[in-house]
Amino acid sequence: MLGQFSLIDFLSSGRRVEAHRPWPRFVLDDAGWRRLTHQLGVSDWVVLGLWADAAEVHVALHDEELGEVAVASMPVAERRAFASLTAIRPGVLRLERAVQDLYGYVPLGLVDQRPWLDHGRWPRRAPLSNSRTPPSVEPYRYKFLPVEGEGLHQIPVGPVHAGIIEPGHFRFTCQGETVVRLEQRLGYQHKGIESLMAGKPIDQAARLAGRISGDSTVAYAIAFARAVEAASSMEAPPRAVYLRAIMAELERIANHVFDFGAVCNDAAAALVLAEAATLRERILHSNLEMFGHRLMMDRVVPGGVTVDLSPGQAKALFNLVTMVRAKAETLFALYDNMPSLLDRTTGTGVVSASLAHRFGAGGFVGRGSARGFDCRKTPGYAPYDDLDFEVPIHPSGDVHARLMIRQDEIRASLGLIEQLLDRLPAGPLQNPVPTRGGEGMALVEAFRGDLLIWLRLSEVGRVVRCHARDASWFQWPLLEACIEGNIVADFPLCNKSFNCSYSGQDM
Amino acid sequence: MPLIKILARNLFGHSRTIPAPVADQDAVAELAGRLHEHSQQKLGRSLRIREVDAGSCNGCELEIHMLGNPVYDLARFGIDFVASPRHADVLMVTGPVTTNMAEALKRTYDATPAPKWVVAVGDCGKDGGCFAGSYAVVGGVSAVVPVDLHIPGCPPTPLALLTGLLALLETQSD
Repeated sequence: MLGQFSLIDFLSSGRRVEAHRPWPRFVLDDAGWRRLTHQLGVSDWVVLGLWADAAEVHVALHDEELGEVAVASMPVAERRAFASLTAIRPGVLRLERAVQDLYGYVPLGLVDQRPWLDHGRWPRRAPLSNSRTPPSVEPYRYKFLPVEGEGLHQIPVGPVHAGIIEPGHFRFTCQGETVVRLEQRLGYQHKGIESLMAGKPIDQAARLAGRISGDSTVAYAIAFARAVEAASSMEAPPRAVYLRAIMAELERIANHVFDFGAVCNDAAAALVLAEAATLRERILHSNLEMFGHRLMMDRVVPGGVTVDLSPGQAKALFNLVTMVRAKAETLFALYDNMPSLLDRTTGTGVVSASLAHRFGAGGFVGRGSARGFDCRKTPGYAPYDDLDFEVPIHPSGDVHARLMIRQDEIRASLGLIEQLLDRLPAGPLQNPVPTRGGEGMALVEAFRGDLLIWLRLSEVGRVVRCHARDASWFQWPLLEACIEGNIVADFPLCNKSFNCSYSGQDM
Repeated sequence: MPLIKILARNLFGHSRTIPAPVADQDAVAELAGRLHEHSQQKLGRSLRIREVDAGSCNGCELEIHMLGNPVYDLARFGIDFVASPRHADVLMVTGPVTTNMAEALKRTYDATPAPKWVVAVGDCGKDGGCFAGSYAVVGGVSAVVPVDLHIPGCPPTPLALLTGLLALLETQSD
């Protein structure tokens, strides 16, 4: 079809970078980047991430039709600006603002140039760049979007929230009970992790990666490990790959189970949370016995894993799966039999399929709105290509849909663990990571959705630059859309049904 | 109907709640040292906690949530979480304090009426942990507000959190 290119064909007009794995990276000049912005208006390529380093700005793209992944880069050191992609890919808006916060590069043509992560409280501006920009004199007063209309009032919530939850600010504009607009201000959790990682040895950076979002520590550790292994042209041994997947699926199940209960609790069905939390506790207790840590932090390392499963433990894990399956079904039946609860969740917080696609939202947010992307399937990674599982999709896009996706994923993950245990290969737990330079990238399906890690290693095996893009970047904006027209009292339901990461997004 | 079956099982079946653990003696020692700085007003055997995430990775929050589950059942000790610092006796603060949260933490502390105690949770709550030295991190919780008790761990297990809180209860309720 006229105007249609394959992603890699299109980018090949640029200079291909050596030692970038497993997908290619091309450096474009200014004209090439502008051609890319136009081509994105014609082609369906999904933006997987957008970030910068000391010399260039990068965008990772996915051609879902042909199954191609590639990174396009453009030098910005001189001009310190790049053409914004937000107009054609709205999901990158906050990523571009974050690039400006951290490096000072200006996204040209971007209408919303308000600082996002930078609250005017850092000791220096553009902290990842080499420029010595003095700090802001006083903290920024964030300019929330203006509202006009009869009988509107504003409810500011946060950063300290009423429950046990991470900090962020939500500015509601309401007419009576109905929310007319929700605007978020995040960045309160920004710890400067990317700056902490720069210059660190791989093992120290791996510990930090596992703490970008503690509830997804296994998924982040796997993504970091895979990016290091790609950069170093090596692979973890098969047994480690399987053990990593077992831990990842246990993390997914434990989080989904708790989320299921927490959403119902926000509709005052406290019994569901009591049952769900007890089930999560059983899983975490088992994690402690099997892997030495309830959340399995620091068990996945570049090169492999640090723990093994004895045959006795594997048997115990099989028994755990059987128990969890039975208890989970009781939980689902409980939810199904509470019409007053179903009344709260159905039709509430609807995210349209069109928005999910335009923003490239993944995880249960995307799949609950008919966008079937799951990076364990496409582009895929070991060992999932060897395993049998289905990706659930729901069309209705409401709170109920996001619960149903979690329900189906719990069932699928239990089946995956059984397959993984059944076919667990023998062999070593780690392969040595060679000390050599290179660039690597990995895409891993955390419980929230696809997360991307890109890194550059030096010749002596230190991290030069590491960027992590949490699944929540493409989900947070949709929370603003889904609450419109709902009552304020339904916000906790909607928010919990998304359960976006604050710490992961804030970096 | 599952609801009735579950309620019957919970009422008449074997309890899943662990027996009350002993208060953490290291925590008691740390608290005893600070007791003289507080008023001797008796709070009885009840504590109300306001949780504040000042920059954590969310790992500590996950384990704090587990305190409310039937296995640990924090409420049986008279300890509960409240929605506002104005209703709280204790601030439970997680994370290194980020530059972006320092003011919010200080204002939450100021909004908590005396007598009040601050519990810093986790290794990064103590001194910033693995995040120390970042341009975006002020330090541990004590860099911004006075801290009465540290509960170490990454994250601390619910049992560690519970025994720490029981120490707080023990030293306050003579």
